[in-house]
Amino acid sequence: MKEVDARGLSCPQPVLLLAEALKGSEKEITVLVDDFAPLENVSRYAQNHGCTVKHNDKGDYTEIICQR
Amino acid sequence: MSGIPKIPDPNLVLGFESSDDAAVYRVEGDLCLIHTVDFFPPIVDDPYEFGQVAAANSLSDIYAMGGRPVSALNVFCIPGDMDHERVTKPLLLGGADKAAEAGINISGGHTLEDTEPKYGLSVVGVARESEILANGGARPGDLLILTKPLGSGILTTADKVGLLTPEEHKDLVAVMAALNRWPAEQIKGLDVTSCTDITGFGLVGHGAEMAAASGLTFEIYTDSLPLQRNALEMARDGIIPAGAYKNRQFMAGRYKTDKGMDLALEDVCFDPQTSGGLLYSMSKEASLVFLDRCKTAGLGAWIVGQVLEREDVDIKLLA
Repeated sequence: MKEVDARGLSCPQPVLLLAEALKGSEKEITVLVDDFAPLENVSRYAQNHGCTVKHNDKGDYTEIICQR
Repeated sequence: MSGIPKIPDPNLVLGFESSDDAAVYRVEGDLCLIHTVDFFPPIVDDPYEFGQVAAANSLSDIYAMGGRPVSALNVFCIPGDMDHERVTKPLLLGGADKAAEAGINISGGHTLEDTEPKYGLSVVGVARESEILANGGARPGDLLILTKPLGSGILTTADKVGLLTPEEHKDLVAVMAALNRWPAEQIKGLDVTSCTDITGFGLVGHGAEMAAASGLTFEIYTDSLPLQRNALEMARDGIIPAGAYKNRQFMAGRYKTDKGMDLALEDVCFDPQTSGGLLYSMSKEASLVFLDRCKTAGLGAWIVGQVLEREDVDIKLLA
């Protein structure tokens, strides 16, 4: 499992970080985001690249778990 | 602008009360003055391109009201250490070139020192009162015509991080810098009922303003929407500006979407446009002539929907 902390970053940076992480071989990548637009955008990218996506609301931020 | 005092003025044809693109003031007889101001931070790196796009965007409000521009002033904010030859001069040249294409001079302006550059124009236009195209006025059965492809918010977001090829960048700038004068000149003598230009609130936001001002509902044929190259692919990859999500949230309850709608296509409908196209409502007969004239003139124009009797929402997005 790999974690990408994209909190505080504005679009499209969180998506670019996930794209970079998906180049590795991990089966599961967790992306941390703290705003609505990155949450939606990261989820769209992950789904468009064959991942199943789950969201865990952590209060101040959200964990996006991308599994492939 | 509630809470801001206003005095009654019988000659103020369109002011704050309407969500129109510019203010309209009757100066004498049926001669109206149209005035507007718009400026924003750079959406592209190249100063000349930015100047062109910002000026085309400012001028657009005059065309969206059915008028023609007569004079403009620069509105300019610039950091003190900006290089005059490399930045300021090409930026102002871009604006002046676009004004020249509109057939007018930039006759002055105002510059402030600011941490981030910003540029645009204050434009004055004229029209006969009968020529004014407000947001309201559409009739059931009218068709909706759009004059530029959508996707500039998505593509400028992609461009900022180098995801566009030089050719894609060039195409994007060409769309944003295209002057709405040219499609606007094709409506002469036609049965056109209302108009706006598609900018920051996206197709749904601006379409909804027209629908609401007309007291009607607009249905949009999303499978007929003109899209800039790669805009849909970028949207599928989540290269979508935060503004598109804000637009969608802001419009909650005022639109509805067909079941089975492609999410990326829906995202494009909310994408904030920079210097977007004109959205006209006009009779079916007028639309045939307009499309034909645009084709002859080498301009883009697409039927994107139609005007319905009032339903429970402003905008219906058909899959």
